[in-house]
Amino acid sequence: MNEALLEEKDVAIERRFEPKAQDIDDEISWAQINVDVLKSLERPRLLYWVIFFGSLAIFMWGVYCEIYQYKNGLGSADLENPQVWGLYIATFIFWIGMSHSGTLLSAILLIMHADWRKPIYRFAEAMTTFSLMTAGLFVLVHLGRVWQFYYVVAYPNERWAWPNFSSPLVWDATAIGSYLTTSVIFLFFGMIPDLAICRDNATGYRKTFYRVLSLGWRGTDRQWANFRVTYLTLACLLIPLAVSVHSIVATDFAVSQQPGWHTTSFPPYFVAGALYSGCAAIITLFIVLRYTFRFEKYMTIPILEKLCKLTFAISMVWTYLNLIEYAAVWYGTDPIAKQALIFRATGTYAWWWWAMNFFASVLPFTLTWKRLRTNIPIMLVVSVLLNFGMWDERFMIVTPTFAHGYYPWTWTNGWWPNWVQLGIVMGSFGWFNMLFMLFCKIFPSVSMYEVKEMVYHRRVARKTLQTLRPSPDP
Amino acid sequence: MKKRSHILALFADFEEAAVTIAALREASIPGFKMQDVTLKSPIDHPECSAELGQRPVYIQIFSLLGAICGSGLGFLGISSAQANFLRQARGFFPIVPIPPDMVITYELFILGAVFFTITACLIMWRIYRVETDLYDVQISLDKIGILVEAEPKAIASLREIFTSHHALEISGSV
Repeated sequence: MNEALLEEKDVAIERRFEPKAQDIDDEISWAQINVDVLKSLERPRLLYWVIFFGSLAIFMWGVYCEIYQYKNGLGSADLENPQVWGLYIATFIFWIGMSHSGTLLSAILLIMHADWRKPIYRFAEAMTTFSLMTAGLFVLVHLGRVWQFYYVVAYPNERWAWPNFSSPLVWDATAIGSYLTTSVIFLFFGMIPDLAICRDNATGYRKTFYRVLSLGWRGTDRQWANFRVTYLTLACLLIPLAVSVHSIVATDFAVSQQPGWHTTSFPPYFVAGALYSGCAAIITLFIVLRYTFRFEKYMTIPILEKLCKLTFAISMVWTYLNLIEYAAVWYGTDPIAKQALIFRATGTYAWWWWAMNFFASVLPFTLTWKRLRTNIPIMLVVSVLLNFGMWDERFMIVTPTFAHGYYPWTWTNGWWPNWVQLGIVMGSFGWFNMLFMLFCKIFPSVSMYEVKEMVYHRRVARKTLQTLRPSPDP
Repeated sequence: MKKRSHILALFADFEEAAVTIAALREASIPGFKMQDVTLKSPIDHPECSAELGQRPVYIQIFSLLGAICGSGLGFLGISSAQANFLRQARGFFPIVPIPPDMVITYELFILGAVFFTITACLIMWRIYRVETDLYDVQISLDKIGILVEAEPKAIASLREIFTSHHALEISGSV
């Protein structure tokens, strides 16, 4: 009996220390990690410059469209009653949604001690920051009168134009401002040990730059202890903030009087959609960075697989909430909301509605096949299409609803965004890519110290396992 | 105040560094105290830091304080400002709408905690002490450093302990 118990205990110990599928080769040395990551700050592949300058060109086109709209008014972008939001608010929600993935990967998985996040969370956090900055631009673009941007900020003024605190738009400004501030702090703070590595390896003006940013980091036990607690605290604070931001964005819709929007399921639906599109975007950027900066050793196939599984799980949550939303309208008491739903499925935008359902709810099943999810080109295409589906979802929330409101005069079946709107939306993608690529060239997009920790702990686990196992007979 | 000297020894791994710290703890060297030992490493290693003794972290207290200040400022600031703008009072609507104010209070609750947390951490790091101690760039690469601040008379004994525990490099001022 005792022997059986001991054997069971041995098996349990072995299982605990048994290395799982290798996310990263743990034979890689710490010095090599420094070399590989620091190399990305110097010599990227040609694709990097193609993406950077391509994005810059698209961004400049967006700037031209914005100047055109600024000079000629919002009417030049075909934004008239009832289509007053157009693509701007749809794309604004899309970018806010993209920002959630960084929080998920970095903060939630940090608290859950998911080791595999370590090589990839840094660029996800950067994605959060730049997505929010891009989303913020849409608030200004959508205003039309950009010079009066300060009206969106909740502050008292001397013109008696007191902000309406009961309006979700005021909550939005506060929430997005808080989220952006916290995200930037979280991103920067998590980078400090890596910035010290950059400082120690740089020369000239770069050394000064990294020296200032590394805030005197020396890697002392006192610094590490405070760093660990602070980072965890920030992660805990960031998660409810992220949830609140997209919930508040959802209330922009849910508290309004439009058919189909006035449902309580909107906040969780929006949060799930945000996580979903963000995860899909991380897969896209994972593949691009892996090739561009030669990160094959760090952004490995097992990690890609885990990302794909996570994306699939979230996609199913989103699909469920989407179906619940349809059911709530279908079985609800508002006949106009039901008509608006039927209009989406059969009217002018039917192709787009069916495409959304296909790309966002059916296509994720490709992530369940190991052969497909380990195929990088296929995953690149699938992740882009998933994100297209999620952008389309936001388009489907905004445009068909305005085109089929409570009054017959709103039934503008033929409305389609013109070149100004499309140009500004494309420009936002250029702006995001440009900033993201610039970040990856200036700052380490793989967390060196966390990868070192990962490798170190795996090595220790392997060594422990070897000491527990009896040595084989000679 | 007595003159203090620094000595820094580099080790190949955490095991060697831990053994050396244990040796420092056991040695009774005049002019040297255990709390003046600092471990410098490329990764966080709480197990090894535990050898150094209890070094408490007080960040959470500041986070709580920040959260209280943030939410207090959010709610009291906004609602008192609203109450001062009585000329905007509308029929049936409260001057201070509690539920919407709670949303902004919630955001500022978190923002206050974030600001206080980060400020506390920077103070705890002692970043105001700009590069007064010894440092080696190999620490950010793959070496573990043990830095000791002690009276000059203790330095020779410390150097001896480091040498006997296979320190890769020893540097310092006497």
